[in-house]
This record gives sequence, structure tokens and C-alpha cells, in this order.
Amino acid sequence: MPEDYLWVALFLGVGVVFVAGGFIANWVARPSHPSDRKSSTYECGELPIGTSWIQFNVRYYLFALIFVIFDVEVVFLFPWAVVFNQLGLFAFVEMVIFIAILAIGLIYAWRKGILKWV
Amino acid sequence: MEGIGQIITFYILAGIAVISAILVISLRNLVHCVISLALMMLAIAGLYITLFAEFIAMVQILIYIGAVVVLFLFLIMLTLRLTDKDIKQTNEQKGISFILAGLLLFLLVTVLNRTSWNISPEAVVENTTSKIGNLLLTTYVFPFELISVVLLACLIGAIVIARKDKD
Amino acid sequence: MELLFNTQELIDSINIFLTNLCWNYNIPSWILTVVIMAVVAGIVAGFVAVNTMMLVLAERKIAAHMQDRLGPMRVGFHGILQTVADAIKLVLKENIMPKVADKTMFFLAPIIVFAPAMMAYVILPWSPGIIVSDLNLGVLYLLAVGSIGVIGIIMAGWSSGNKYSLLGGMRSAAQVVSYEVSMVLSILGVIMLTGSLKMGELVNAQKDIWYICYQPLGFLLYLMAATAECNRAPFDMPEAESELVAGFHTEYGGIKFAMFFLAEYANIFAVSAVCTTLFLGGWQGIPGLPITLPPIVWFLIKTYAIVFIFMWFRWTYPRVRVDQLMTFGWKLLVPLGFINILITGLVMVIK
Repeated sequence: MPEDYLWVALFLGVGVVFVAGGFIANWVARPSHPSDRKSSTYECGELPIGTSWIQFNVRYYLFALIFVIFDVEVVFLFPWAVVFNQLGLFAFVEMVIFIAILAIGLIYAWRKGILKWV
Repeated sequence: MEGIGQIITFYILAGIAVISAILVISLRNLVHCVISLALMMLAIAGLYITLFAEFIAMVQILIYIGAVVVLFLFLIMLTLRLTDKDIKQTNEQKGISFILAGLLLFLLVTVLNRTSWNISPEAVVENTTSKIGNLLLTTYVFPFELISVVLLACLIGAIVIARKDKD
Repeated sequence: MELLFNTQELIDSINIFLTNLCWNYNIPSWILTVVIMAVVAGIVAGFVAVNTMMLVLAERKIAAHMQDRLGPMRVGFHGILQTVADAIKLVLKENIMPKVADKTMFFLAPIIVFAPAMMAYVILPWSPGIIVSDLNLGVLYLLAVGSIGVIGIIMAGWSSGNKYSLLGGMRSAAQVVSYEVSMVLSILGVIMLTGSLKMGELVNAQKDIWYICYQPLGFLLYLMAATAECNRAPFDMPEAESELVAGFHTEYGGIKFAMFFLAEYANIFAVSAVCTTLFLGGWQGIPGLPITLPPIVWFLIKTYAIVFIFMWFRWTYPRVRVDQLMTFGWKLLVPLGFINILITGLVMVIK
């Protein structure tokens, strides 16, 4: 079974080599006339003010956090979905409880206005 | 994947994991640290695959690389001191931490050496996902339901902490 | 021609032939493995490149005709060689590196965006027996690999040192991450019906009836989530050109930009192919229809039909605002995904 994943490693390698190959072809073929203007930050013709690495709004973090929690949840849904056919009603009830508890979280976030992107 | 191939794969993956872990704690730029962390997670996922635990490997990628690393990146964007090139990762307690880490390493090595590893006579499970599903829904059903409560607590806790300024 | 229908037999006979060849000439078997791997990798990489060129041309032509224009007409017959010319041009472009950019990250980002797109091709089932490797965890593998690309997008946005890029990258990441949940939920219904994550088994399970009949809601959810995952219009917030210039790849030009483009189209094809496999019966023909086509032709027809739908979306719907996008994802698609799972489970239990 781990042998199957040799293909995965191979395709990871192909992906890297493909891009690297493109870069090398470009490196061989490209002209080079660097200038100060050319390598300045593009800001529609204006001179950029300050650095671009600015402080972001906290809502990005909150969305990422909610996502992590739901991602963990769906990971638990996968083994359940695979065996659902064999286990039937019992598995169904268990999963309804599982989802219901997390649905409370979603509703809580909703009511608190976390899901609103202002 | 028997024998020499497995050993070579293990050392390559373990090497990547260790080197990138060192990078995580030594690089000056926080974003670079997090990217090394992602590489480390990937190497560990590879190690899981050599151990026939493909479900865990996929979860490792999906949760740790796809979600936790992204969360870290978002978190870094919240900090202002990100671009300072002279941020040090260490402070004056470096010496003490080295001693503690050394002690921990010693403890772990001792434990690993003293434990007698009972290798299960059961054959390698071909389809780990359905096996995990069966166990989760029968033997370990209570911990399974508890997980959802833990996740709910995480969610509510995070919202309460992050939204202190709420109306 | 017969062999096109019976691809499993074709693969088997090739395998036997090669094994015999090695046996007769005393070639070690690992050389054979390496050669097979190289050939397969070459074929798939070639397919990705050519397919992208075709899709770019198709997109421009379709867009043009939808807007009552002609589109590219100069290079070759009706502009058929336009994208080839574009590709050559992109390779010959100067390398422009912003002064403030983080150089290593700037170079690594296209690789991290493209490599996962490439890795998704491992599990696409083209035809019986023609699949690079039918992993046990097919669908989960696809999702896992797909989630790596987000890091590349954030890296590209962050390393450019441009405000538009960073904003585009962050928005894109927030969007992809939000729609990933609904994407997984839409797929789960199909997995419940099949009880397997293997792509081959998913296709075989749809011999009599396609899953789109059992899972119409799941299909629609998947289609919407996939559009957002690929950053396609109407969910192309990351590159909303009226506000963010070009989003996370504002500072990228020449070959580095081309790599993002390749990754985007490689992803669109992969996502459509998975949609075909999960909901439209994969390589199998329409049940009850007396048309016999080779399985691979069926597969490509269905996949390109889905790709066409994505292009159709792009030229039909106006772009949504970023707050509408998040609201749509979290307040509509995620609850609908849960409802879909619950309904599927309920119906299966009652049966």
C-alpha cells in the first residue's frame, strides 16, 4: 500500500520539476534590462507609501478558526460515511448528535455576528 | 516497501522533518518559520504512510497543513512586528531551555529503550478508514461524541476571547 | 479500436508484454518501474500543458461569442495557435522581481500552487484500468492535496510586498478555506451511498443510476463550492481587477505568472473530472442510451461539459462582493450541506 504513494511522490516531483523547467527555460531565453522603476512596487503609478506588510483585521483569524474546527469535524465524518451503510440507524443517531452539538456552535457564531464580514 | 527501501524512505523523511523543525525555531522571519512548519508536517505525513496509516497521513495534511498552518499565517498577519528583520526567536532563558530540552530528550530515549514493544500479531489493515469508522462508532462512541463537545468549547471560547469589544 | 473500449485488457496486456520483455532480456524490474513512471509522468504533464492551452483558447472563444465578438482570429485558423504564441511569449519575458519582495518565497509560491494541482491527477479515473494510482483514500487524498494550494496563494500575496497582492492573497485564502467545508459536505453524501473512497469503486457503483439523481443538492453544492475553490467568477474575489489590480499575482509576470495560470486551469479540469466521477457516472455512458463510445471519450465529454459550465458562469454572473461571498458560504452552503447529509442518512435508514 505505501507503494501506491510512490506515485504521489512522483507527481509532487513532476509538479516541482515542471515549474523549475519553465523557470530555467525562461532564464535561458529572457532579456535582462533591470531598472529601478521596473522593480518598484506596482501601485497603479503612484509611489507606494509605507510597507505593504500591514496589520490585518481580526475577522480573517476568526474565519480561519471556525474553519479549523469544522475541518476537524468533517474529518470525523469521513470514517462515519464509509461505514454508514453497514451500521445503519445506530450510526445515524450518533452522527445526528455529533452534528447537532456542532450546529449549536455555528448558530452561536451566527448570532454573535462572527459570520458577518463587514 | 520492505527492507532497504523502507529504511531509506524513513531516513529521508525523518531528515526533512528534523531539518525543517530546526528551521522553524531558528529562522528570523515568522512567515518563513510557518512555511517550514508546513514542510515538517508534510514529511510527517509521509512517515505515517510508510507505517500503513494512510488515513492519519491524509488527516495530517488536511488539518495541519490545510488548516492549522493557514490559521498561523492569518495570525501572523495580525501582528505588526512581522517585518522586523532583527526579531530574535530566543531570549535570555536560552540556556535553561536547552537544559530542559536535553532532560526531556534523555527521558524519552530512556522510556523508548526500556519499553518492550509488543508487536500486534494482527495483520496489517488494508482499509484503515472503515476500520477507524467501525471502532469510532462502536467501541469508542463516547469519546467520539465528547469530541464534538470539545470542538464546541473551542469555538465558543475563541469567539468570546476574540470578540471582547462586542456591543 | 476494440482496445479503446476494453482499456483494462489493454493495460493488462501491456503489463504482461513488458514483464516478459524484462524476463527475456534480463532487465532488472526496477528499471521497468522507473521507465513506466517516467512515461506516465511525461504523459500527464504533457496533458496538463496542452489541456491548459486548449482551455485558455476555449475560454477566450466562448467569452467572445457570448459577448458577440470574434475573439482571437490572427494566429492560425480562427486563432487556434493563439495560446501557443502566448506561451512562447511568456517564456521569453523578462524576469521582474520587485525590490521589496521576499525573493525565496516569491520563487517558491508558483511551485507550491502548481504542485498540488499536479498531484490531483494521480487519482483521476480516465477509463477502466487507466488511473495513475487508485488510492484507497481517493476522495480524501484529493481534498488533502487541494488544501495545500492555499499556502502557495498566501505566500505569493505576502512575498510580493504589494498591498494589493497581500489583500488579494488573504481574501483568496479566506474564501478557499470557507468553501472547502461546503465542498467536503457536498461530497460526503456520495460517500455514504458508496461506502468507499476509491475512485474506481465510486464509478462502478453508478452503473445503473448516476448519483446526480440521488444527490441533486450535493451536485449543486459541489459545483458552487468548486467554483469558489478555483477562484473562478463569480467568486473571483482574489483577483477582483476593479479593486485589487490582479490580486495575489499582481507582481508576477512572464513565466511565473504563467505557472499560476497553468495551475488554475489544471485545477479546473481536475475539479470537473472529480465532479464527473462523483456525480455523473465517470467513464460510463448514459444508462439506457444505446450509444457506445469508448469510456475515455465519455469521461472527456462529461468533464469538458462541466468545464464549459464553469466558463458559462464566468461570463453570466457579476462578481459578488466579499461580504456576500462569506455570507453565502457560511450561512447558506454549510447549513445546506449538513441538511443534505441528514436527508441522505434519513432516507438510507428508512430504506
